[in-house]
Amino acid sequence: MSNELINAAGQNWVGANLAFWFITAVVVGSATMAAFARNIVQAAYALFFTLLGVAGYFALLGSSFLAITQVVIYVGGILVLLMFGVLLTNRPLQERTHGELGRYLIAAIAGAVLLGGVLVRVVFSTPWKMAPAPAVPVPETAAIGRMLVGNYLLPLELAGMLLLLCLLGAAYLVRRQER
Amino acid sequence: MNELVNSWGLNPAIPVGLNAYLLVAAILFVLGLIACMARRNAIGILIGVELIINAAIINFMAFWRFGGSQTDGSGALVGPLFGVFLILLAACEAAVALAILLSLYFNFGTIEVDSIHQMER
Amino acid sequence: MNDQLVLNLACVIFLLPLACFALMAVFHERIPRHGDWLATTALGVTLACAIAIFVHAAMTGRNLLVNVTFDWLPLGMTNMLKGGILVDRLTAVMLVVVTLVSFLVHLFSVGYMAGDVRYGRYYCGLLLFTTSMLGLVLANNLIYLYIFWELVGLSSYLLIGHWFEKKSASDAAIKAFITTRLGDVGMFIGLMICYWKVGSLQYADLFAAVQNGVLSGQGFAGYDWQTLAGLGIFFGAMGKSAQFPLHVWLPDAMEGPTPVSALIHAATMVAAGVYLTGRLLPFFSPPTLIFIAYIGGITAIFAATIALVQDDIKKVLAYSTVSQLGYMIMALGVGGYVSGLFHLTTHAMFKACLFLGSGAVIHAMHHEQSMSQYGGLRHKMPWTATFYIMATLALCGVPPFAGFWSKDLILGDTLAFTMQHGHWFLVVAGFGTAFLTAFYMTRQVFLTFFGAPRNEHKFEHAHEVAWQMLLPLVILGTLSLVGGLGGWFEKYNPKLDGITQIKAIAEAGYQSPLVATAVAAAHQVAAAAHEGAEGAGEHNPVVAQAHHTAMVLSIVLAFAGIGLGVLMYRERKNGKALLNPDALARAFRPVYVLLWNKYFFDEIYNAVFVETTHIAARVCAVFDRLVIDSVVNFAGLMGKVGAFVVDMLDRLVVDGLMVNGSARAAGFMGNELSYAQTGRVRQYLLLMVLGILALSGVVLVLIK
Repeated sequence: MSNELINAAGQNWVGANLAFWFITAVVVGSATMAAFARNIVQAAYALFFTLLGVAGYFALLGSSFLAITQVVIYVGGILVLLMFGVLLTNRPLQERTHGELGRYLIAAIAGAVLLGGVLVRVVFSTPWKMAPAPAVPVPETAAIGRMLVGNYLLPLELAGMLLLLCLLGAAYLVRRQER
Repeated sequence: MNELVNSWGLNPAIPVGLNAYLLVAAILFVLGLIACMARRNAIGILIGVELIINAAIINFMAFWRFGGSQTDGSGALVGPLFGVFLILLAACEAAVALAILLSLYFNFGTIEVDSIHQMER
Repeated sequence: MNDQLVLNLACVIFLLPLACFALMAVFHERIPRHGDWLATTALGVTLACAIAIFVHAAMTGRNLLVNVTFDWLPLGMTNMLKGGILVDRLTAVMLVVVTLVSFLVHLFSVGYMAGDVRYGRYYCGLLLFTTSMLGLVLANNLIYLYIFWELVGLSSYLLIGHWFEKKSASDAAIKAFITTRLGDVGMFIGLMICYWKVGSLQYADLFAAVQNGVLSGQGFAGYDWQTLAGLGIFFGAMGKSAQFPLHVWLPDAMEGPTPVSALIHAATMVAAGVYLTGRLLPFFSPPTLIFIAYIGGITAIFAATIALVQDDIKKVLAYSTVSQLGYMIMALGVGGYVSGLFHLTTHAMFKACLFLGSGAVIHAMHHEQSMSQYGGLRHKMPWTATFYIMATLALCGVPPFAGFWSKDLILGDTLAFTMQHGHWFLVVAGFGTAFLTAFYMTRQVFLTFFGAPRNEHKFEHAHEVAWQMLLPLVILGTLSLVGGLGGWFEKYNPKLDGITQIKAIAEAGYQSPLVATAVAAAHQVAAAAHEGAEGAGEHNPVVAQAHHTAMVLSIVLAFAGIGLGVLMYRERKNGKALLNPDALARAFRPVYVLLWNKYFFDEIYNAVFVETTHIAARVCAVFDRLVIDSVVNFAGLMGKVGAFVVDMLDRLVVDGLMVNGSARAAGFMGNELSYAQTGRVRQYLLLMVLGILALSGVVLVLIK
């Protein structure tokens, strides 16, 4: 490793940058699959890799805590929930009667890509307000914990309340109904 | 600091910049939107929504990392905190959406969204 | 024991009855025995706390123990109404008086109110009253005092009207409430003047304002603001303490249960006016003080004369109470801070004892209240009779009973004031009342407990009361014997001039030295106004002389009154008294009728206020019919004409063009656009994206 690869702060970003591109390849590829796969089960599996990749981004961006949270809640919770949904509602006979991707496919792609174009244009043309220097990642789990029971106590409580209400609402919605 | 904004990881002394992350987030967003619009299966739509939410969290994190709020006392850790709350909201959303899907499935025998158009004129 | 503990105890004293009230108000139906034990126990604990504070106050020798102030109510951007707790010696004494009498009344009521239909509600009322009264005493500012002032008025209303099925009871409750409200209006005006001029209602701030001359600006009618505010506040005290001419409610309030009369209308609530006057004594300007003294003097002698001829045992006591309250007010008016408040304390003891004793008699006689039906009851109720007579001797001012010491102080202060500044009416009223009091109380005792029974049937069924009712009598009777001996105010030399005493109290530390000088300055003005020698120091010979004279004279008058009573009402062997009261009544018939009808005050008020209102109402009715109605009719006609025009306009333009037109347009658009509603979610989403695209396109093109 030559000296040019090490910046003033003694930080070497080669590994991180390589990791970024690797993760990007995984994320874009798997997200494309999640969007276009004909089989819904395949799409769900692809989403699994997308979510893992996004967790990688979080680690790269300096929050290992959020990365772990992403893996635990998204991959461990939400994705499993989706799989259950697939299993509970899938009827193999219906699967092939129409194409999974409906007749709006072209229109959807066109509209979404145009919107993406707008986004990209905005991204590149905005003079972003930047930090004076990229901050060095620091251990932040304990600090997050302290903030959650400090300044962010009210949002935390509200979030807890929301979770409870969701639980009740979900249970209410899927209760055994009299027909 | 324009270097950092537009860094694509080619210079080893500078990490990948803000725009790269925003671009990835935009791609994820577009793909999620396509999934939402094109898929017939309601679970597919849910997958699309998850992609969109992930794009949003990436944006939050990127702006936090590069936007200077990290060092500013009031905004310290605001990125991960928003991320945590967003993930939490996504969990709520998934739970309720799935409950609605199951309820639909009980009532209509299908979750093909095109087959469910009772609201049609 | 330190001041922090005093503060905590004060909080307990206020909060415990409050919590108990809240509990009882909700659950008294479900608690065994309707919760009387709960209320009584709570009051017992409160009494213990109050005694602890009192002992501490007596031991430390400081006047001010606790004065905590906190922000309470923000008014606008800058002003803040402050709340706070004040515990000084006066508060400590008042706390003991209130909790002691309240506790004993709770106990007494267990027997007296047994089997009442609204037993639990009665105890709730007592608790609410006690809480408010304690809050009133603990407040360190006028706004809190005013709040609790109204609350005691409310609980008094509830308790007077406890037996609201009786028309007379509910009427009396309303009368009491409205009459005291009349005074409270004046009080509120006084409060507003204070807040307007001073910007605060804290006692300390008000006293400081008096010294700084903030209130010395010219008001109207030639009086400065201090006088006007003081008069206003004193009007409130007049209403609450049943001072002439707002005294009419108190005798009627005897319609309530007798323990209530003892608690509210003898010992505590009616004393609140005296307490307020005493608390704000340094605040009152010289003209106000003279006004206060005269009102007190008039009330004292005036009520005493009425009490001479009443037949109802409770009415006699009621007028006696009015008269004694007048005494206290008069004492405060002549600057006798210690004597007035000392008399408040002793009076609470023996008057509560008298009322509870009369309650015992009434209870024993099956709710017969007329003294003409009593007689000879000492044989049936020896204990009650003993303590009743002890309390009577205290009220008459016979040494060494409590009433002697305090009454003697009042008379001494009054005499000293008069000898220095004139105003001889006050002295005449004071000594005259002392004589009359001794007489009518002797009359009452002889009519009730001595002689032959006048109603054999009821006499046969009379019996001594149960221990719950006797114990309060014993305690209060004992206190009315020894209450004055301890010299509860011994810290203040009773031989001091009243004005000097106020100075001494202020200097003792309740106020800063600043306020002490304020008080001194205020009373220097008083002295100058009356050309008296304000130099009246600790060893003023005039004052000492006055007190000696007063002591001798008051003893002589007390025994004279008792002697006359014995002569007129003690039946000898032949069943006749030495002097026949009936003959006397015939001889002075006009006077007797005047007194029997209480100077026709109710009739005068009826004629002046009620009838005037009726006449005014009739005049208004005529005016209404002649003038207002024709105006209304004309307006109605104009309205009809206008309505016709508007109707045409409405039908053609509004209905046709606007209302129906817009409705039709909306219906058309809705009908056409509803084709876009396909019920297909994905289509909606697509349309949404296209819409966002269009919008962002517009933004990008137009803004870039």
